[in-house]
Amino acid sequence: MKPKNPREIASHELPATPLDAATRAAREEKIQVAMIALCGCWGCTLSFLDMDENLLRLLEKVNITRSSLTDIKRIPHRCAIGFVEGGVANDENIETLEHFRENCDILISVGACAVWGGVPAMRNMVPLEDCFREAYLEVPTTEPRAPKRIPWHPDIPIITDRVYPCHEVVKMDYFIPGCPPDGEAIFKVLDDLVNGREVDLPTQINRYD
Amino acid sequence: MSRKLVIDPVTRIEGHGKVTVQLDENNRVTDARLHVVEFRGFEEFVHGHPFWEAPMLLQRICGICFVSHHLCGAKALDDIIGAGYASGVEMLPTPEKLRRLGHYGQQLQSHTTAYFYLIVPEMLFGMDAPPEKRNVLGLVEANPELVKRVVALRKWGQEVIKTVFGKRMHGIASVPGGVNKRLDARERDRLLKGEPGLLSVDQVIEHALEGVRLFHNFHEKHRREVDSFAKVPALNMSLVDEQGNVDYYHGRIRIVDGNRDTVAEFDYHDYLEHFAEATEEWSYMKFPYLRSLGREAGALRVGPLGRVNVTRSYGDNAPLAQAELERFHDYTGGKANDMILHTNWARAIEILHSAELIRELLEDPDLLEGPLVIEPGEAAWTGEGVGVVEAPRGTLLHHYRADAQGAITFANLVVATTQNNAVMNRTVRSVAEAYLGGRAEITEGMMNAIEVGIRAYDPCLSCATHAMGQMPLQVTVQDAEGRVLDERLR
Repeated sequence: MKPKNPREIASHELPATPLDAATRAAREEKIQVAMIALCGCWGCTLSFLDMDENLLRLLEKVNITRSSLTDIKRIPHRCAIGFVEGGVANDENIETLEHFRENCDILISVGACAVWGGVPAMRNMVPLEDCFREAYLEVPTTEPRAPKRIPWHPDIPIITDRVYPCHEVVKMDYFIPGCPPDGEAIFKVLDDLVNGREVDLPTQINRYD
Repeated sequence: MSRKLVIDPVTRIEGHGKVTVQLDENNRVTDARLHVVEFRGFEEFVHGHPFWEAPMLLQRICGICFVSHHLCGAKALDDIIGAGYASGVEMLPTPEKLRRLGHYGQQLQSHTTAYFYLIVPEMLFGMDAPPEKRNVLGLVEANPELVKRVVALRKWGQEVIKTVFGKRMHGIASVPGGVNKRLDARERDRLLKGEPGLLSVDQVIEHALEGVRLFHNFHEKHRREVDSFAKVPALNMSLVDEQGNVDYYHGRIRIVDGNRDTVAEFDYHDYLEHFAEATEEWSYMKFPYLRSLGREAGALRVGPLGRVNVTRSYGDNAPLAQAELERFHDYTGGKANDMILHTNWARAIEILHSAELIRELLEDPDLLEGPLVIEPGEAAWTGEGVGVVEAPRGTLLHHYRADAQGAITFANLVVATTQNNAVMNRTVRSVAEAYLGGRAEITEGMMNAIEVGIRAYDPCLSCATHAMGQMPLQVTVQDAEGRVLDERLR
């Protein structure tokens, strides 16, 4: 964990309007799920919405805590399921994935990037220093007289040397392949877990492209 | 004592962002920034790949506007084989209309996702509502019937995409010079007339109108708050047709000022003469601007607000959206609208506009018959192409070069969210000054106001981080007081 600047105040630690007691109680009875998108395209999160009407069915049984669809910035309490999209490409991704591992009973790698790095891992084949130069220094849209800069600042994460699949960083319990997996496949896995069934992803809804 | 407030991560947006606000000992805002904290990069690692793979690989930049990346790439490939606008070749009617159909389907689903799932919760519950409530879960609890209609609307947009491109996401229909399949009558009728579990296009238009009404109801109740929230003047940019009306798939780039007068108009193949980009150390996202006006005056706004400020009208094929557009233009007396929360109004209008454009296209027989591909022959090969489309978030550009064997040797992408970088940062500053400036006690709700300003742009920070490379690895060891004990660089 990066040393925390004592003068830095996070918005999620500030006083917030509390959720009414009845809604809170109703949500607490449900199965708690946390979601995160690491280094990916957000497509698997949208594929989650692609379960269409089944989303409403799922939400009868499930409460979503931290996710990029809510404003809950850290996992607030123990969760049964962690839904992880994207691979690991910077030091913050590592920190976030470890936070998920510590706070979730089951972690699922959702989609090609989480499962094996996906398209972003194509950068593992390229000498990285050259790429950085190409991205920020030798760009045709850079003004010749402008200062030459590569982003580097305490407020932004450090990029890792390679893009890693999630299971090379922490233990992952289930894997849903696909770029992205169909909403139907995501629903099937979550529905199996929520109903205490053994996870079974039939080949006709499993895909790799 | 001075303070630094942080939003980490910014939520209900696509991709990874962070906000920092510096307040001095008198609680004045001395700095406010939106940092893009992600760095992926595609331009370099597509080198050496066959040119025809580019639209398949590069659409993986984004899970919400993949069709725009796919089509931008397709237009660049048309140029490369000598079947594109750069060679003066007009696309055949059937493939152009199929590409447009998929593109409008995507605008409908992308805007629906952003507007209803990410933005509407504030409109219904308020910026300082409980954070646990300001989201789709809160919507389901408060108004499940609305959510059912939203799910159905988004599903229909995704089914339009799937019908054209073969998959709901990251499809494969575009090939150099055209597309690889037509619609059949059954596919077309399903979208036109609906089926059990799928809306008809007329129902889609009804749901889209509901989205616009939702904005008006909210606006009527909170007019002063909405209109004064953040006013950020900037140039506005869009692709336009010969009449000066927005064309989401093809046209010339037009840039207008606050009076909606044109300050620049050009063929997008000449973009390098017009755009420059700056880099800051504190963000992986670059800052583009209009070269002739410089970084401050040349900052551009793209996306729904930029487009409705540029377009003269929607023509006569989308009467419902046209009526809304006139109301929008009248509200500011014909001047450009720079009220940031009105971007959400513009977005709702564009959902309606997309639905009407789709209805018109679905009735067009060219979708079902006609040649699919232009094959100009090897002699026409140019080896270079530029594609531009109006993606949901604004003007998107892909530029590739390929060698004689067809391997990619160069790729440059300028994405919509990056174009908005300067105006988004101005918005963050403006909201921070209004909501945090001079206040000793800061609440979570005040910080959320900053996020509301960012969400109005519906930024896709996944898109904005396509550039890739490696940080020089620097390790700094600090003691508890933050003193640097040791620093290594390699």
